[in-house]
Amino acid sequence: METFLDYLKVFAVGGGLCAVGQLLINKTGMSSARILVLFMLLGLVTELVGAFSYIKGFASSGVTVPITGFGSNLAKGAMQGAKEGGVLGAVGGGLKAAAPGISAVILFGFLFALIFRSKSKKI
Amino acid sequence: MLDKSDYREYVAKNAPRSPMLRSLVAAFVVGGLICCIGEGIKDAVSAIFPSMTEEDAGAWTTIILIFIGSFLTAIGVYDKIGRFAGGGSMIPITGFANSVVSPALEYNREGVFFGICAKMFVIAGPIIVFGVVAGILAGTVGLFV
Repeated sequence: METFLDYLKVFAVGGGLCAVGQLLINKTGMSSARILVLFMLLGLVTELVGAFSYIKGFASSGVTVPITGFGSNLAKGAMQGAKEGGVLGAVGGGLKAAAPGISAVILFGFLFALIFRSKSKKI
Repeated sequence: MLDKSDYREYVAKNAPRSPMLRSLVAAFVVGGLICCIGEGIKDAVSAIFPSMTEEDAGAWTTIILIFIGSFLTAIGVYDKIGRFAGGGSMIPITGFANSVVSPALEYNREGVFFGICAKMFVIAGPIIVFGVVAGILAGTVGLFV
């Protein structure tokens, strides 16, 4: 029952964020790149002011799976880097924390683009 | 012959009842489901590797979700989900993967160097640039707090 409740929270918060994104598409016609940047910065600022970990404690993957989690990672890594490594840590810490995700995207993007052909023209 | 008010009535009757509401519900449900899949992966990773820190489990979850998003994009399924779900498939990290893999596939006919590698970040580039710059700002704040 507790697990079910946890997943319900993940579903509600994650779904809610996506619905806000959809609302922005419908109302403003913003491009997907702009909306993704906006959500990423939202996560980054929330992390910076220290609120992200509370929301994460409540919604877990509901807020880390959306791109807000990527922004939070960047801010968390940068601030941790600043604390441990001074200026160099502050400059490099963000990208270091986000590196697994970015590396994965580059690797899979490169491999799949070599193997597969675009399907969008056939539909 | 239809006059203007008849035509308006006709449109009101035959247009999809609320494309706004429909798209919001679709985004909510699909986005929520993707997040739940992420939570499931994180729980599974933590169960298989009990000694793993929560941060590492989160990083693995991200990598696995990116793999799934990339693969579904490569076989053409993710775009179909996207047409239905809109923001629901765009906002999660799988959508970030889609935004990289989709142009990479699209431009692979222009070659590996200037097709795949150069065009890969045509959508995701701004996210990484803004992310890195804002991250450095956050680190600078961290130096003084």
